[in-house]
Amino acid sequence: MVPLEYYLVVAGIIFTIGMIGVIVARNIIIIFMAIELMLNAANLAMIAFARNLGSMGGHVMVFMIMTVAAAEAAVGLSIIIALFRNRDSANIDEVNLMKW
Amino acid sequence: MELIWLIPLVPLAGFLLNGLLGKSFSKPVVNTIACGSVAVSFLLSLNAFFGLLRLAPESRSFEYILFSWIPSGSFNADVGFLLDPLSAVMILVVSGVGFLIHIYSIGYMAHDEGYSRFFTYMNLFMASMLTLVLANNFVLMYVGWEGVGLCSYLLIGFWYEKRSATDAGKKAFIVNRIGDFGFALGIMLLFWTLGSVHFSTVFNLAPEQLAYGGGIVTAATLLLFLGAVGKSAQVPLYVWLPDAMEGPTPVSALIHAATMVTAGVYMVARCNVLYMMAPTTLLVVAVVGMFTAFYAATIGLFQNDIKRVLAYSTISQLGYMFVACGVAAFGAGIFHLMTHAFFKALLFLGAGSVIHAMSGEQDIRRMGGLKSKLPITYMTMIIATLAISGIPLFSGFFSKDEILWQAFSSPFGSPLLWVVGFLTAGLTAFYMFRLIYLTFFGQRRYDEHVASHVHESPKVMTVPLMILAVLSIIGGYIGLPKALLGGAWFEHFLHPVFAKGAEIGKLAEGAGESHATEYVLMFAAVAFVVVMIFTAKRYYVDRAKDSERFEHGFGGLYKLVYNKYYIDELYDKIIVNPLVNGSNWLWQKFDVLIVDGFFNGAAWLAGQWAISMRKLQTGMVRSYAFVFLGGAIFVIGYLILSR
Repeated sequence: MVPLEYYLVVAGIIFTIGMIGVIVARNIIIIFMAIELMLNAANLAMIAFARNLGSMGGHVMVFMIMTVAAAEAAVGLSIIIALFRNRDSANIDEVNLMKW
Repeated sequence: MELIWLIPLVPLAGFLLNGLLGKSFSKPVVNTIACGSVAVSFLLSLNAFFGLLRLAPESRSFEYILFSWIPSGSFNADVGFLLDPLSAVMILVVSGVGFLIHIYSIGYMAHDEGYSRFFTYMNLFMASMLTLVLANNFVLMYVGWEGVGLCSYLLIGFWYEKRSATDAGKKAFIVNRIGDFGFALGIMLLFWTLGSVHFSTVFNLAPEQLAYGGGIVTAATLLLFLGAVGKSAQVPLYVWLPDAMEGPTPVSALIHAATMVTAGVYMVARCNVLYMMAPTTLLVVAVVGMFTAFYAATIGLFQNDIKRVLAYSTISQLGYMFVACGVAAFGAGIFHLMTHAFFKALLFLGAGSVIHAMSGEQDIRRMGGLKSKLPITYMTMIIATLAISGIPLFSGFFSKDEILWQAFSSPFGSPLLWVVGFLTAGLTAFYMFRLIYLTFFGQRRYDEHVASHVHESPKVMTVPLMILAVLSIIGGYIGLPKALLGGAWFEHFLHPVFAKGAEIGKLAEGAGESHATEYVLMFAAVAFVVVMIFTAKRYYVDRAKDSERFEHGFGGLYKLVYNKYYIDELYDKIIVNPLVNGSNWLWQKFDVLIVDGFFNGAAWLAGQWAISMRKLQTGMVRSYAFVFLGGAIFVIGYLILSR
């Protein structure tokens, strides 16, 4: 049996990678994938806790997150496509019309 | 009688029809609708009147409730109509005289641009006035009361391109509002103390629940009387009526002489039970009435605008009616109301005919010698003038004499009231005959241009004049007093309405059977009137060249009277100007500086704050994400550390 800490450390590392990705990356697709990474890191931590505590709540939560992530992926990708068609670019720094 | 609810509704239908579609109708259609609806009202009124006559005198009271209008807890107001001798007289006078004036207007307004608008307003007025006199509760009466006020405003300002007309309309409306305010407070006070606004309930409960001469009933009647003072143009709220002459002449005849201005008298007579319970108020009513009668008559003496003379005469005659009410002779008041409606409507319509013939000239100094040019107008106006002066055999004599006699003999009257009334009667005869002499007699004083247009009015205008002239003669005989071998039939007819009030005031019917004093007073009044007529003839016909010198001979008194005692100027100085200046000050100092300043300042602050804060909106998505991160770390850190 792998101890809980191992899972949490892995989840923490994955989450941090995702977080840095969001902040550093310029390509929208990469940012998007980084967000997915963060979501799944959270899922991993949740499953680990659920297993450890013997509770079904965490499992249910994970399914919820996966459903939402699927929907979010669909919406997000369509926004990215629409953006790309208009701008011919996937660079987040060029999407800056909404500012003072 | 079950059809009385149709009496105000038919003109209302005419109003809606002409008001919504009148512009697309031709003139004959418009006036058929307008006059037809009033004619239907008149026929229904006649029908109701004869229905009432068939009943026994005691049971001559009929209520018809159309629907419950405001049922709200203990407060209940119906759209209900009350037919009794008093309202029967009123609806006959209003719809009858109103019908004749509508017919006359067809000719008078024939070339006016606002033809359908005029008849629309006139029909609305008829509907409101008939509602006022037929209502069976104070609230519905108030609706009619405000309705006639609105129509008065609309019709005074009918020629709205004229600045003076719109100003006069506003003046009438605002001055009336002061009176209406009192009227509304009176109704509320009655509801507050008696729990009802229904006439029969109020008049039954009042003698039981309120003290005779007590504070509440005195306050309530005084407040109601304030409404009457405004509507019926008594001192001090009379100032709007002379200015109201800016409206078309049929309007002056209908609204500002025959019907609307008598609403106050009707209301006081309707509430006779309450007034009889408040001797103080009765005294106030009598004194205000007598003072107004005399005061307005003096102003009328030297006015030169034909319609203004008649306007002051109307105020004066209304004063007589209030004297009658104030000495508890409500029947005499209503009697004079009726005869006055006939002869004053006739005088105004005659004046309209003269103005029509003179191409709009209203100054009697620039008329003269019209007798042969306008024979029908002349004859009918002479009849009306004899009636208003109180020459025997004409209607005004009987009604005015009745009032003078009651002012002298009633337990609430006094010889002093009689003396002032007697003087007023003389003044009335003088200014009315001055008007007649200057208009119809003597040399012609208008230029060739006007002379070429002078013509007698068309039939549609002269026939109503003739009918009203007949009524001005015979109208008095229905109330022939006992002293003149009459049966005082009119007063007997009205008696059931005033019986309860008479009981409270302990008035014995038929007191003073000896008529000797009455004859003496009657003779004195007639003699004085005749003397005044001959004085007028002397200075305005026989020695017409001297008339100006005669008038100026009164010196300061003439100037005072000619300028209407400077009352308008006084009101301007002590009420209007302070109000306008105060409002201006509040506008420029309080509203602009403080109120607007506060809100503009708040908006400015928010704006400044936003200008400095909007730099945060960089448009860099990654910097937003960085801020998210910082926020998340802060929240988590706080949660951990605060454990």
